[in-house]
Amino acid sequence: MASNQADTGRLCKRSIAELVNKEHETIGIPSRTREVALKAGLALLLTLAMTFIALPVVALFLKSPPETILRSLHDPVVMDALRLSLTTSTLTTLIVVLMGTPIAYVSARFHYFGKDMADSLIDLPVIMPPAVAGIALLMAFGRMGIVGQHLNALGISIAFTTLAVIIAQVFVSSPFYIRQARTSFEDVDQAYENAARTLGASRVYTFFHVILPIAMNGLISGAIMAFARSLGEFGATIMFAGNFQGRTQTMPLAIYTAMQGDLDVSLCLAIILVTISFVVIVLVKILTRRVYKNVRN
Amino acid sequence: MLEIDIRKRLRDFNLEVKLDVAMGEILMLVGDNGCGKTTLLNLVAGLYNPDAGRISLDGRVLYDSALKVNIPPESRNIGYVFQSYALFPHMSVYDNVAFGLCTRKLPESDIRLMVKDHLEAAGLWEIRKAKAVDVSGGQKQRIALARALIIDPVLLLLDEPLSALDVHRQAHMRKELREMIHSCRVPCIIVTHDLRDVACIGDRASLLEKGKITLTGSPQDVI
Repeated sequence: MASNQADTGRLCKRSIAELVNKEHETIGIPSRTREVALKAGLALLLTLAMTFIALPVVALFLKSPPETILRSLHDPVVMDALRLSLTTSTLTTLIVVLMGTPIAYVSARFHYFGKDMADSLIDLPVIMPPAVAGIALLMAFGRMGIVGQHLNALGISIAFTTLAVIIAQVFVSSPFYIRQARTSFEDVDQAYENAARTLGASRVYTFFHVILPIAMNGLISGAIMAFARSLGEFGATIMFAGNFQGRTQTMPLAIYTAMQGDLDVSLCLAIILVTISFVVIVLVKILTRRVYKNVRN
Repeated sequence: MLEIDIRKRLRDFNLEVKLDVAMGEILMLVGDNGCGKTTLLNLVAGLYNPDAGRISLDGRVLYDSALKVNIPPESRNIGYVFQSYALFPHMSVYDNVAFGLCTRKLPESDIRLMVKDHLEAAGLWEIRKAKAVDVSGGQKQRIALARALIIDPVLLLLDEPLSALDVHRQAHMRKELREMIHSCRVPCIIVTHDLRDVACIGDRASLLEKGKITLTGSPQDVI
């Protein structure tokens, strides 16, 4: 029985080896030629992918002559949207960093009951469609919402105000910061924290003088991602905050509105957003590279 | 005198250690990897909590489960040299050594004088501005020692302090380390698995096996 199994195993191995050799002979392509063909195929695939991504961006610039962009910059719609977007995104990033940093640290360092559930909840807005986020916020903080109705009774109205824009942005962008910050804190070796404690540093002193500076590049990178996500936020904002120029009409909303009337204004806003997005990506890349360098050291 | 009598349930075995170290004495703690040596140092330093027992130093209780005393690590004033040295990568050599004094909120002028003394004694003054991660293994070891000694510790814990050095430097550092520790006149526990360290540095040695001290005696006895 055992001898039969061994024979079968040997036969299988031999058959596979013969099959591979036969295939090579049949194809009759030298290994060098195959390598060149593989590289050419990959290069073609990369070129196609790059073209697919770059083409719309290039088209955006080609369709907008510089003088048109400069003229549109003076349009009140553009200026209002730009001012509102930068103000709300900056405030959102500040709130996300202040709230998200302790949450990310606790999530990275401690185990507590329901931690998996809490982590999943934090990540939820990333996969939630923005329109769903908007309607959910409306059901919570709108005039008839479960919290909003009590606030309304006190004369406080949130929906369709600039505050609603910020709440929508915080909701959708906070996971981007918290996830990055959590990873950065996890990368800080526990030995640094222990060393600081034995040298007389309290937990708070250790956090601000040791852990935070070591994780800083990662935190900045996360904050930039959150800022960029806030700047591009559309779905949740239009559902929860509405589309009022100067009050809740951020740049993506202004692009959408201007598309129906003045295309130049739309293009001008789009170019500003693309430029900011590009700068953000470059900054994140530089900072991420620094984080890896620190971790390696 | 340092007196330790503690118990802690670990994943694979129970750590049950009873030992004492006299003032100025160097106790070498030897054992295989994973026998609980580093855990024991962390328990004494207050970084981990024992399940039960008592740790006292010269009459001062650091931990006592019966009395519910557990002094936090930052208040124990223990000089701890970690196996990886754990030098703060974002700080210079100077700032690493000054860290323990800064936490004590000493005047800046006092800190400058003390750090200068320690850096010069350790031959590190020339590289004081270098980032701690950019110096050699031997220099890192001396920075970690200077950082632990500058706080005027009441107890020294050294976890494999020579393991990151090459063989030639190890031989030189053993003598230097023994003299440096003896000059502090505090109890010292050094974790190692190198028997040459035991022979050259220790006054006494203990063998730790699966969380239990199975032999204590002179370095020669344990070797």
